[in-house]
Amino acid sequence: MQFDLFVIPFNIGLYFILIYAVARSVLWFMDLSRSDKLRLQRGFFGRSFGQSLKEIFLESLIHRKILKSNFRLGYMHMSLAFGWFLLILFGTIEADVFGESHLNAPYKAIFFKFFNPDHGRYGLEALFSFWMDLLLAFILSGLLLAVIKRFSSRAVGLKKTTRLKPLDKVALTALWLIFPSRLIAESLTSGAYETGSFLTGSLGSVLASFLPASQLAYPFWWLYSISLGTFFLLLPLTRYMHIPTELFLIFARNSGIKTGDQSGAFREMQVYSCSSCGICIDACQLNFSAGITNIQSAYLLKGIRNYEDVSEIAHNCLMCGRCDVKCPVGIELTPIRMISRRNGHAIHVEKNIIKKYFPERQQQVQIKTKGQPVFSWLPETVSEKTDVLYFAGCMTHLTPSIKNSMVKILDASGMSYKFLDKEGGACCGRPLMLAGQDKEARELINYNSQLIWKSGAHTLVTSCPICYKIFRESYYLDVEVLHHTQYIKMLIEENSIKLRFLRKNIAYHAPCELGRGSGVYDEPKAVLQHVARLQKTSFDDENSLCCGGSLGNMKISSQKKSKLAHDAVRELTKGNPDMLATACPLCKKTFSPVTATKVADIAEIVAEALVVPPVKRIIPQMNYRINEPARII
Amino acid sequence: MEKFGFTISRGRQIDYDANNRFVAEYIRDREPSFRLCIECGCCSATCTTGNFTRFSLRELQILIRRGENDQVRENIKKCMLCGKCTLVCPRGVNTRNVVTLAREAFQKEVKYAV
Repeated sequence: MQFDLFVIPFNIGLYFILIYAVARSVLWFMDLSRSDKLRLQRGFFGRSFGQSLKEIFLESLIHRKILKSNFRLGYMHMSLAFGWFLLILFGTIEADVFGESHLNAPYKAIFFKFFNPDHGRYGLEALFSFWMDLLLAFILSGLLLAVIKRFSSRAVGLKKTTRLKPLDKVALTALWLIFPSRLIAESLTSGAYETGSFLTGSLGSVLASFLPASQLAYPFWWLYSISLGTFFLLLPLTRYMHIPTELFLIFARNSGIKTGDQSGAFREMQVYSCSSCGICIDACQLNFSAGITNIQSAYLLKGIRNYEDVSEIAHNCLMCGRCDVKCPVGIELTPIRMISRRNGHAIHVEKNIIKKYFPERQQQVQIKTKGQPVFSWLPETVSEKTDVLYFAGCMTHLTPSIKNSMVKILDASGMSYKFLDKEGGACCGRPLMLAGQDKEARELINYNSQLIWKSGAHTLVTSCPICYKIFRESYYLDVEVLHHTQYIKMLIEENSIKLRFLRKNIAYHAPCELGRGSGVYDEPKAVLQHVARLQKTSFDDENSLCCGGSLGNMKISSQKKSKLAHDAVRELTKGNPDMLATACPLCKKTFSPVTATKVADIAEIVAEALVVPPVKRIIPQMNYRINEPARII
Repeated sequence: MEKFGFTISRGRQIDYDANNRFVAEYIRDREPSFRLCIECGCCSATCTTGNFTRFSLRELQILIRRGENDQVRENIKKCMLCGKCTLVCPRGVNTRNVVTLAREAFQKEVKYAV
């Protein structure tokens, strides 16, 4: 029986973390709603199982997404995760093949060199120890990057790295000590027995030349075991909990479970899956434009994990969704933030360290459903019957040229339509929702829904992406909701409107709520390409910037807002376009004062390019001839 | 006594000693731009809610500052937070946050009633 006292810390840590991971998974599974449980069961035993395994391999081990966006950071994560995985895998194989017996206890694989110091001299054994040395070197190179990153984050291509809490630092030190102590322990043992491959062998012979290698090796094996044990014991309390959680999350997500507005187990899983890698911090405009560095999603999730009061962090965000797109783990950050906003101030801050291992279900704040209606003074809903409804929205009323352009286009198309809020209507409810006041928002949703129902419309066209998003997501309507860019594209395809080509270079700014928020990227660009030359910018599509005027953030000052707008406009107008096009009245309103370039909504550009159909004009006065436009498309 | 149909009009002086300025202070501490308001009334002119009902943010801001909270308490709930007032404000007052903070303050006032 090969055994030594020093393996005890490692054994305690390992068995603790295995039992803990299983217990926590069971708890999460029990907390899922009934339908989500069924989904997960179906996903686990169904087709998505293979997909999940593939995703675990590519994302949890190789870290493909981080590698794609930032090679050095990706290499750091990959060498630690994938390298460690391979080290354990081949260590187990080595112990199984060359050890004293098959199917060993885990510690024998981890401390193989200690129990078999003579191993690795000839043939296959030497080849194997060469491979193990190579893996160790691979991990150590990543570890070197991690150490450098802690002191200078720019070295790995990150502008900012996450700040840590004390417990994280202890766990981090333990993690950092694991591989160097293994290297030194193995080297000293190899040095004493003159074995080992290119790394441990050569380092060992150097060390053995002036040190008593066989005596010194033993304390380093102890250090190796203790650092492993400490790391495993602290893992549930630190950000390293993402290692086991991410596996569970990938299975759950591939089974079709979504956050929605549930603050249940799936949300908690996502919160624990964050590795605080810091990619969201670099993506955040509040960080690189306004210099606000304590509110990014990594800190929000850390705050939730540590049971802190996160309401201040949750509200100080543009809700632009740039971090959602960039997150390598694919956590739904903006929905989680919305839930935190709704939950308001945290009541209970957990201090007891033992309770932190098995956190109670965070006290769910009941969403107010009772109480006096707030908007009961809204007038009775009366609507005329129509097919197509046009809803301008509050912001469009503030920029009347967009509204007038839309009216012009709709008139020219000859469609029969009704202007729902011609004299100004109620708000769509999204601003209230963004402020975390769900109950009040529901009232407005009901009011507007009634208006739309009563009109019997089948298409609802809106000019404001904020309205567009909430109409699509939170209204239960039997109508097709279209943003005006989508509708204009439809009109062009149907040949309902004729447009001439404006000889202009136009850069397009994709609004957050329309682009990342609702996934509408192509239609606005198609319309623009139809009437003008569309310029590429370095912030297209998913990478588009927020204008800074977002209704999502109530906390930042107007100075910082205009700083954001300035920076965004400077990036967008780098190609010196004749005009900056956008599809959102709020973006237009924010950009106009901070740039010399003309800012226009797509509706305005289309209205300018509109060729008024000759039929309507010519019938009353036959001798009237309009000038032929330069070019008709 | 003979009734001539005349009454004594209610006192119109602002009694800063009697008025509770808790809400004004609460907002001022958390949203410094609240002090910048020049009571121009742009917010009221553009207001979505004001389009339907008698609601004026300008009036409410004045009342909050005076500490005459009774009228504000009910009326402040009418705001839809659509944000037009923030965009038109010539002084850059973050009006959406002012309204939200006022609502918060009234909730807390009930909780910690003197």
